[in-house]
Amino acid sequence: MTVIADQPTAHELRPTAAAARPAPGPAADEGLARRLKALACTAPLHDLESRKVNLAGEYSSYAMAEVGLAVIDLVTLNMDFDTGADRDIVLSRLLPRVAAQNPSRPTTEHERVARWVLESLINVGSVDRGFRAVYGTFGADGSYVRRDYDFKLLEEVPGPDGGVYLRSTDEAVNVLVGALDTDVTSAQIAAEVKLEVLIRRGRLADAQLAAEQARYRTVQYAETLRRALDATRRNVRAVDWMQAVPDLIDEALDHIADRYRHENAILTNIRKARDETEEQEQKRRAAELVDIVKDCIRRHTQLQTRLLEAGPLFRAEQDRQAFAAPGARSGIDLYGHLLAPLLKLPIAQATRPTDAFFARAIGLRTPTSVRVTDLVDLLLTPPVEREHLGAELPDPDLVATPDDSRFSEAQLEAALELLDLPADAPRRLSGLLADARRQDPDLPYLVALLAVHAASPPVGTAYRQGEERLLFAVDDGTTLDDPEFGGADLIVGSALLDAAGMAADRKDAS
Amino acid sequence: MTTHPETSWAAPESEPQAAAAALTPADVADAARLVSFGLQAKLLPARDAEYAELVRRHREDPGFARLADAVATGMGLVVLEVSPRAGMAVAAAEDSVFAVRMGDYSRRAAGESTDRFLHGLAHLAVAAMAFPRPEDLADDGYLGRITTNGVDAFVRQACRRLEEQAEAEGANTDPTSDAPGLEAAWRVWARRTATGATKDARRLSGSTIGIVSKAVLFLVDSGFLQKTSDDAGGTFRTTARYQLQVRDLAGSAAMAELLDLGVVAVTDGTATLLPADHSEDLVADAGLPFHSL
Repeated sequence: MTVIADQPTAHELRPTAAAARPAPGPAADEGLARRLKALACTAPLHDLESRKVNLAGEYSSYAMAEVGLAVIDLVTLNMDFDTGADRDIVLSRLLPRVAAQNPSRPTTEHERVARWVLESLINVGSVDRGFRAVYGTFGADGSYVRRDYDFKLLEEVPGPDGGVYLRSTDEAVNVLVGALDTDVTSAQIAAEVKLEVLIRRGRLADAQLAAEQARYRTVQYAETLRRALDATRRNVRAVDWMQAVPDLIDEALDHIADRYRHENAILTNIRKARDETEEQEQKRRAAELVDIVKDCIRRHTQLQTRLLEAGPLFRAEQDRQAFAAPGARSGIDLYGHLLAPLLKLPIAQATRPTDAFFARAIGLRTPTSVRVTDLVDLLLTPPVEREHLGAELPDPDLVATPDDSRFSEAQLEAALELLDLPADAPRRLSGLLADARRQDPDLPYLVALLAVHAASPPVGTAYRQGEERLLFAVDDGTTLDDPEFGGADLIVGSALLDAAGMAADRKDAS
Repeated sequence: MTTHPETSWAAPESEPQAAAAALTPADVADAARLVSFGLQAKLLPARDAEYAELVRRHREDPGFARLADAVATGMGLVVLEVSPRAGMAVAAAEDSVFAVRMGDYSRRAAGESTDRFLHGLAHLAVAAMAFPRPEDLADDGYLGRITTNGVDAFVRQACRRLEEQAEAEGANTDPTSDAPGLEAAWRVWARRTATGATKDARRLSGSTIGIVSKAVLFLVDSGFLQKTSDDAGGTFRTTARYQLQVRDLAGSAAMAELLDLGVVAVTDGTATLLPADHSEDLVADAGLPFHSL
């Protein structure tokens, strides 16, 4: 915890302190306060270094501030639109860095360090789970006032599945990237223009830095919109659905369309740079850049889905509320009359109305009264032993279902063998049917089925599963002359697929 | 039950005047029985024939109604309503043995003034979210719906709005170090963590979601809320009793305290959770405009 050291002695030396105010005006004083707050945000990181000696064990060889910044970094990058970053994922991604600092130590120690840093940045010990710094300002009358500045670096938020997720706060992003007071939109445009120029010039190291910055901006933008949509979902009446929200959604959709086009263009450029360059380092950098930009695109898509869902959700709520019959008026508007004015009060005063509300809104409890005789019986009754394994399961009575398949396994194998054609020698269906009839009178039917199926080969499945060959059938207009079957005399053959190339493609696309 | 209600019924129907004058111990027993049904907040007349019969008698027989009300008052209870939908809705009077004290509710809240405030505010926020418009509180058929996470987010948004307001006015809301009682109430909620990981996967009891969750679970036990699902930290709907309790008792009591502090919010009776002024731009990071007063 940070406490800015006070200087009572200086005041004692100068009794006429008000006359010789060190701050020349309120503006300078405010600037000083802002800088003090910014400084305070870095204090928990320094604190990690100084507190590591208090840990039981030999931990001085770990660079805790570095681990701390890495944690904030990881949380910021893993923050999703809906929830925050998963704690376990953050810890597992952090481990390699901790392990690299001290490879000779056991993994359990690395895990302990990672957890300690994360918990310290949340400040688990305090009830607010935040930090407090004290700074001084001069009041309007020249008196010196000490004030508390409360902030958080990592905060824990509830996830939709009931779990606890991590989010980095604005203060943390401030510590991490700096420049908090920038307009998110303009900063992102600037970063991306810069990125494009850098890639064109082949300066990939700088480009990577710029791309990462662009991603931070994207995350910030998503965060802004997430809060806005959350509010919409929570309380329709509180939201201006005539102008403000549609404008916001339009703006966001425009933004997404714009960025999407932009980032796809960048992606093409980097891919080219990645494939053309000879240098290993350049290649690696370009590959990393591809990942970053892809992540940006993924985030945009996610954002877009949310935006499209907002409209229907509002309309459903609107229907429910607008068509309800108007009821009688009550004297009290709980939010406007009670909650809102109360939140503005100093805490010492605000407790009185909340106490009054609490005492009357909580309901009643019937006091329990016990007779001594009942108590004795109750205490002497042995606890009911719970069966650990539960009741015995009855053995299910199984009846074998008759095998009603039309073709046997052996027939299928024979048919597949017939259709296992070499890639360079396709055959007519009529010939295949004649071969099949020689083996087994039932077999031609199965072969015909398989051939017809091959007329529309499952190309997508083969591509996803990385198969090496695929059966296909083509109709060239010849009529089939067969005693049992009619239709086209299909040409049946096997196509060889480039499995390695497809695998690379799949990896690229994901 | 000492006497079947039917037996004591026959007389008053034939000569109502005489019955009002001559109350038998059986009538008192029935009246007390009705009050004891009322104390079981989760029990509804629709689920219990005897309860329904006593409620009907209360509505139709003024003598019996007065008797039942007197029994309740003597036990330190306030009768809010006797109806088929809510049963005999009774609330504990101050100093009654049935009243719940803050110390019994949460040991931490009894000692810590900020926690005391947060627990009280959580209950107020649950009510405000369950009945967002004045009409909702007045409409007997209205069912409020709340979620645990939603209540926290709702208060946080109101806090954020106040923070922006203070910032726009250029006020420094950081509290002075030596006068913690002067800290603005919204800051206390805003700086408390929303949730937190614990060793045993339970809710962190000191977090705001933990505090709200304690409040709603207690209200469920009081028969004021019914759980409908586990989504968003628990989804609940209100019962008729909760509406009565908030409308007739808690709301006005808190209002009286506020007026006593000299805080008077004047509105025209329409909802105060209104759309924002069209001229106002949406500020990045502000959430949506959330105007009050």
